[in-house]
Amino acid sequence: MQRYSIFSLARNALTGHRNWPQAWRSPAPKPEYDVVIVGGGGHGLATAYYLAAEHGISNVAVLEKGWIGGGNTGRNTTIIRSNYLWDESAAIYEKSLQLYEGLSRELNFNIMLSQRGVLNLAHNEHDLKEMSRRVRAIRGNGVDSEILSPAEIEKLVPAINISRDLRYPILGASLQRRGGVARHDAVAWGFARGADDRGVDIVQNCEVTGITRQGGRVTGVETTLGPVKAGKVGVVVAGHASVLAEMAGLRLPIDSHPLQAMVSEPIKPVLDCVVMSNAVHVYVSQSDKGELVIGAGIDSFNSYAQRGSWHVIEGQMGALVELFPIFSRLRLMRSWGGIVDTCPDASPILSKTPVDGLYFNCGWGTGGFKATPGSGWAFAHTIARDEPHPINAAFSLDRFTTGALIDEHGAAAVAH
Amino acid sequence: MLLIHCPYCGPRDETEFGYGGEADIARPLEPEALSDAEWADYVFMRTNTRGRFKEQWVHSHGCGRWFTMVRNTVTHERGETGVFGGVEPEADG
Repeated sequence: MQRYSIFSLARNALTGHRNWPQAWRSPAPKPEYDVVIVGGGGHGLATAYYLAAEHGISNVAVLEKGWIGGGNTGRNTTIIRSNYLWDESAAIYEKSLQLYEGLSRELNFNIMLSQRGVLNLAHNEHDLKEMSRRVRAIRGNGVDSEILSPAEIEKLVPAINISRDLRYPILGASLQRRGGVARHDAVAWGFARGADDRGVDIVQNCEVTGITRQGGRVTGVETTLGPVKAGKVGVVVAGHASVLAEMAGLRLPIDSHPLQAMVSEPIKPVLDCVVMSNAVHVYVSQSDKGELVIGAGIDSFNSYAQRGSWHVIEGQMGALVELFPIFSRLRLMRSWGGIVDTCPDASPILSKTPVDGLYFNCGWGTGGFKATPGSGWAFAHTIARDEPHPINAAFSLDRFTTGALIDEHGAAAVAH
Repeated sequence: MLLIHCPYCGPRDETEFGYGGEADIARPLEPEALSDAEWADYVFMRTNTRGRFKEQWVHSHGCGRWFTMVRNTVTHERGETGVFGGVEPEADG
């Protein structure tokens, strides 16, 4: 792998940027691997990277039905934070944030992490009390979080409408200063390049159509490029987890829903932190290009169509222009949808399954991007050791049988 | 937005309806006889079909009645609705 640096940039500039090597290979799948990862999104690529980098398992293939990072990895609003309520969530999301903080250096790939702060607004007395409880719990877990008064919010975000005359006035906010955004494509590409460099085969345009088993143990996968044998199979296919589970005769506690996001036309810098409101339901940040990146809620119905309903966008815009009247004349340039796996407790599943050697990583709902490195790190451990790491042990599939749910609907910040 | 054909009122915008998720999940008749795994299956596990999916809707801002609809979750083509206990369309999976 050619290291990226100011020197390699200068050297390649002299030759007109015609000699950059490909960042990863495009091999045909081999007949057999130690581990096959189904799904080449951020989480799958991170899993492959950490399998090779942390566990020395490099005879690994990532099979992706489209192109890497083309699903939810490339469709989210790129927000990163770890301000979750419960201890179990704090452990895995904070691990993820810490990995993000060192990721550009570790991968030698600029993921453009910008820790610009994530602000969660409170609009009534109940919100304020809930926020106070939440911030204390978060700080108790060693994660940074603080409460801001309306005056402090106005100082931080001058464009926001802090008037008490709003239908849902802003009475306070919690702020995680270490939260922020990153370049989502770069996260996928950086992990892909790092994994490829360690010997992982990344196979695009290869759809898994079946999971082969023998005597209660996984033996490989059927794909559109032929059968591939594998000692272990890790499934990381946000949106389509139930479809893959059915191939292995499993049922999951998941419903798939469309989730939409959109960007405005680019404007000069006006918003230098991420603003989220659970109550009126909006989350917005400004990209480096100047576009406002705005996320909507999920559509109520199950769908695999990667598109959502107009009335959801309409409701979203109502909330946005109420909070930021200054944005009311902006035009939207694009909107799009992805399919998210929602779990009954708004927490993910990173788990072994009743089939030996088959592992599922799914159910991240509306907030998977922030967890990408931590999810891959913990899932790689689960696959390599055939047992979960302590930070993902609570996110096993059997919590739906034992009843030990991890209710994070309040932290999800997206209604579902 | 979906155009939903309420079997009682006719075609209406989706915003008039509430969603009730997967249809035909019947409460167990002998709950005390169920194992934890069977409870988990009843309470949490879902078919989540990719294709023709049978679901239930309620016409909240209309007649207020529940009905079933079989809708393709990939194409969103017009769902065929049916009434509980009456003639109902067939789903995948």
